[in-house]
Formats: sequence, structure tokens, C-alpha cells
Amino acid sequence: MSRHDVVAADRETISKPPTRFDQFVDRTFRGSTVAFAWLTILLVVLIVLQIAEKALPAVRHYGFSLITSTTWDSNRGQYGILPEIWGTLYSSILGLMIGTAFGVAIAIFLSQDFLPPKVELVCKNIIELLAAIPSVVYGLWGIFVVIPLLRPPANWLHEHLGQIPLFGTALSGPGMLPAALVLGIMILPTISAISRDALVSVPHKLKEAALGLGATRWETILGVVVPTASTGIFGSMVLGFGRALGETMALAMLVGNSNELSVSLFSPGNTLAALLANHFPEAGGAEVQVLMYAALVLLVITLLVNCLGAAILTKASARFSGITK
Amino acid sequence: MSTHQALRDPFEGIDLPRLEKSIYSPRAAFSSALSVLTGAMTLVAMLPLASVLAMLIWRGGRRLSLALFTETPPSAFSAGGGFGNAILGTLVMVGIAALISVPFGILAAMFLAEFGPNSKTASAVRFCAKVLTGFPSILAGVFAYALVVLMTGSFSAPAGGVALSLLMLPTVMLTAEEAIRMVPAKMREAAIGMGCTPTQLAWRVILPTAVPGILTGVMLAVARAAGETAPLIFTALFSNDWLYSHGRLNLMEPTASLAVLIYNFSGMPFDNQIELAWSASLVLVLIVLVLNIGGQIFSKRSIKL
Repeated sequence: MSRHDVVAADRETISKPPTRFDQFVDRTFRGSTVAFAWLTILLVVLIVLQIAEKALPAVRHYGFSLITSTTWDSNRGQYGILPEIWGTLYSSILGLMIGTAFGVAIAIFLSQDFLPPKVELVCKNIIELLAAIPSVVYGLWGIFVVIPLLRPPANWLHEHLGQIPLFGTALSGPGMLPAALVLGIMILPTISAISRDALVSVPHKLKEAALGLGATRWETILGVVVPTASTGIFGSMVLGFGRALGETMALAMLVGNSNELSVSLFSPGNTLAALLANHFPEAGGAEVQVLMYAALVLLVITLLVNCLGAAILTKASARFSGITK
Repeated sequence: MSTHQALRDPFEGIDLPRLEKSIYSPRAAFSSALSVLTGAMTLVAMLPLASVLAMLIWRGGRRLSLALFTETPPSAFSAGGGFGNAILGTLVMVGIAALISVPFGILAAMFLAEFGPNSKTASAVRFCAKVLTGFPSILAGVFAYALVVLMTGSFSAPAGGVALSLLMLPTVMLTAEEAIRMVPAKMREAAIGMGCTPTQLAWRVILPTAVPGILTGVMLAVARAAGETAPLIFTALFSNDWLYSHGRLNLMEPTASLAVLIYNFSGMPFDNQIELAWSASLVLVLIVLVLNIGGQIFSKRSIKL
């Protein structure tokens, strides 16, 4: 091979040093990925600032009295969101209790070798499909299936045990219990999926050691597996709670939209998100500002809960890194 | 004689506890009872899904006809009608949302997985994305209302798209990051060894390999956005007209969507509207389920090396 050939071959090689243009493109592309990453952080800041800014006039005008007052009368310009704050927390806690009981039970049943792996996977996918149904469809289902189903037993409880505050009113239609039940169904997949991840990541050694000592299957689960995964399970509950607080449509359709502050499971109520959804389309001027105030309150509550949940889960996933599998 | 002695039961005369599991011992009974209980709870949790699907097919399937897809919603007392404009509106708004969130999400994910995976920025971005995942959809609507509707002066399809893109973004970003991380180190190293710049590596090797995983995330995000109602009440409201009517494109006007139609009609005291709400739910759930199942198929096709 002559020297000439070698030079010619060199000119046609596939690999060559990047040209000026390549380097320019490279720098621009890398710069834009960094920019978009930063934009995500900016977006969260912008959301908070934007909502806070729109709420500012109402915050100045009403101050804390809006949070502690219970009347909502747009004709007289009197607003109060205490019943909504109470309804948001009450329905979410009830929903969380239902969602946790079922979610954790399902997570255990679908992670501790009760079923053949294939059946387990199918069941897991079916439970996850619960999360795919849009919330407005759950609302429709709640109106036509859950409420008629709950009304007879609820009214029986009210008639016979009416002196207990929990059953203090009759269920005439929409109310706290149907709303909380549907809420529980909606957050169940979140809780069961994250709890299951936590349970699956418990090192096998721990389980085998417990079984080897003669513990029964459930003694192992309750004594070793669940306590080890408890941080993850708790994180899933916090995130589920966050979902429940912000859930809008199903509640707007089922909770009854009445400005009431009651501990009764069957009384209609309202939540912050449902208040926004129901009043916003027809609201004008001052009422919009008050609704923005309500949005700000909801934002603060959910941001706190979600940050807490994300932090707990980050801690939980770091926990097993020391134990070799 | 000595062999005989060796074969004798070594535990003879020693009082041993029973080694077999007996259902009558309290410990075993407790264990079995809990197994049955959790199994039953799993079955009970599947009932709502079965009930929702059954109701959709029973009540929504009755009205299913071609007219539903070609006609506009009926007024209060009239019969018939459909929700063709709502289907179109949903598609347009989800399309706008995807146009915003998919490039945004993939570029940010590229930074998270490739260019600065361990940087402080990356962990802050990841945290923000996780917080956005649990962000109430109605607040996305409030934000888009303040940002777009107040600025442009009208409820519109683009405002709805912006609100939905906010909800799609974290899903797209976090699944794309995961998919990019799954690209085998061998392929990366081979490309770098050939003298690729990081950008060439990203475009020619990593993205094509990670496409199935990224698509899974996009489809799940689209499925979620298609079913969202709350943000659209603040941004797109509803309309009884087609997006294209009276000879012009009404892009900056209130726009119909399936989800808002279901919400509006569910509270009406007319049988015709309620039937339409059920049919619209059936169509919406079918769209969402197809996207979900499609996403799962893509995730199975993604590389496992």
C-alpha cells in the first residue's frame, strides 16, 4: 500500500474528530437539556407564585377570617372556607383508612408468594387498572351505583344508632360516606403499588431467617417483613393522602356541595377542590379572588403532604442499600 | 448387633414437640385465617372495577351508534344528539399537551440520566417532578387559568392543553429517565469509543434504543390527561359547537371535551343527557384502557440486556 492510499483511506474513515459545527451543536444541545431541567424547578416556583399572586387581594381583604368563617354568601360578599377545609381533611382521612386497609392487605397478598407468579402479575395489573379509570367516571358510577347501594344500610344505622354523632343524619343522596368510599377506591392502587415495591425490596435473607427459626408465614410477615418495609408503606400512605386531598371531580359529584360542618358520615359536605370546581365556572370578580385564596390553601396543604411523602420514600429506598442481597 | 443399635430411633424417649403443621394449633389457624382474609380483600378490591366496567357496557353500550361520533350535544329537552365535538376537543387538547410536555420531558430526562445524573440540580429536579406527580389536577387548571386564560382573555383549547401538559410532564420525564438509564453501558462506550460527541451519542444511540420505554411513559401520560376533568373546567370550559364551525376555526373559544361533558350531563335531570354521559364514559374509558394496555405492551418490548 502506497503512502498515497493511506492518506486517501484516512479521509474516508467513518470516525473523524468532531467538526466545529458538531461541537457547537453539542454545546447547544447539552445547554438546552440543562435549561429544561431547570425549567422544571422554575415551573413549580412559578405555580406557587402565580396562585399566591392571584390570591393576594383576597388574603389582604379577608385575612385569616376566611379560614375560620363558615358562611358562604356571594350576594352579601361573605365568604368562609372552614367547612371546606374540614370536609377536605375528613373525607381524605376516611378515604385513607379504607385505601390503606385494602391497599396494604393487597400489597402483602400479592408480594409474599401466596399465588403463582403469573396469577400474581395478572392480579397486580387488574388492581393497577383501578387507577386508570378517570375520576369523572368514578363520579358517575358513584351517583348511580354507590349512593343507591349505601342508602338503605346508612338509613338503618341512622334510625337505630342515631344518637352516635357518626350516624347523626340520614343519607338522602350525596354525602361524606359515598365520597370517602370512592376516594378510598381511587387511592387504593397508589398505596398498594408503592407498598408492594417496599415489601418486595425487603431482603430475602431476613424472611428466610425468620422462617428458619420456625415462625409461621404470617408471623414472618407481621414480625419481620412489614416492620422492615414500614417506611415505604408509610410513605405510600402519605402520598395516597396527598392524592385524596387534591382529588376533585369524584368528590364534586358525590360529596353534596353543601356548606356544612358535621361529623356525621351521612351528611353532605364540601371540599376545597370541589368548591373550586363547582363555583368557578359561574364566579365573578370578588368570588374568583376568594376561590384563588381557597386554591392557595389547598396548594399549601398538598405541597406539604407531597414533599413529606417524597422525602419519606427517598429515605426508605436508601434504607436497604447497606444490606447485601 | 452394633448396626442394629445405630438404626434405633435416636430420639426415642425424648419428648419432642409436634413438627407437623396442624390447622388446630392456634398459630397455624391464625396464619391461615389471615391468608384467607387478605385474599378475600384482594377480591373485594377488584369488585369496583368489575362493577364500573359492567355499568359502562350495560348503560353506555345501549346508546352506542355512529350518530354519537358525528353529532353535537343536544339541548335540554331535545332527544338524540352525540358528542363528536367533545371527542375531537379532547384529542386536540391532549395533542397540544403532548406537543409541549414530550419534548420538555425528554430533554429534561436526558439531563437527569445522561449529562448530570448525580448533580445537585438533578436531585432537585427529580424532587420537583415527584412533587408535580402528586400535584392536584385542579391546581394545574388554576395555574393555566392565571397564566393563559387571563392573558389571552378567553377560555380556549390551548389553555386546556397547557393545563394538561403540566400533568403529563412528570410522568413523561420520570419514565424517560428510567428508559434512558436502561440503555446498556456497552452501547454507550462503543459510541464514545467511535468518537461520538455526547449529542451524537444521545440522538443516534440512546434515544433510538430508549424509544419503547419513553413511549410507554408518553402513553400512560396521555391516558391520564385524556381523563382529566378538573383542569379543563378552568381553561376550556365547554361548548356545544365543533372546533371548526361557521366556516372558521374557533381555536381561541371555549372547547368541548369528553370529561367535562360527562361532568355536566351527570348532574342534569334529563334521561337523554344521562344516557349520553354513560356512553361518553364508555368511549373515554375505552380510549384510556387502550392507551394503558398499549403502554404496557411497549414496556415489555423495551430492551432487557
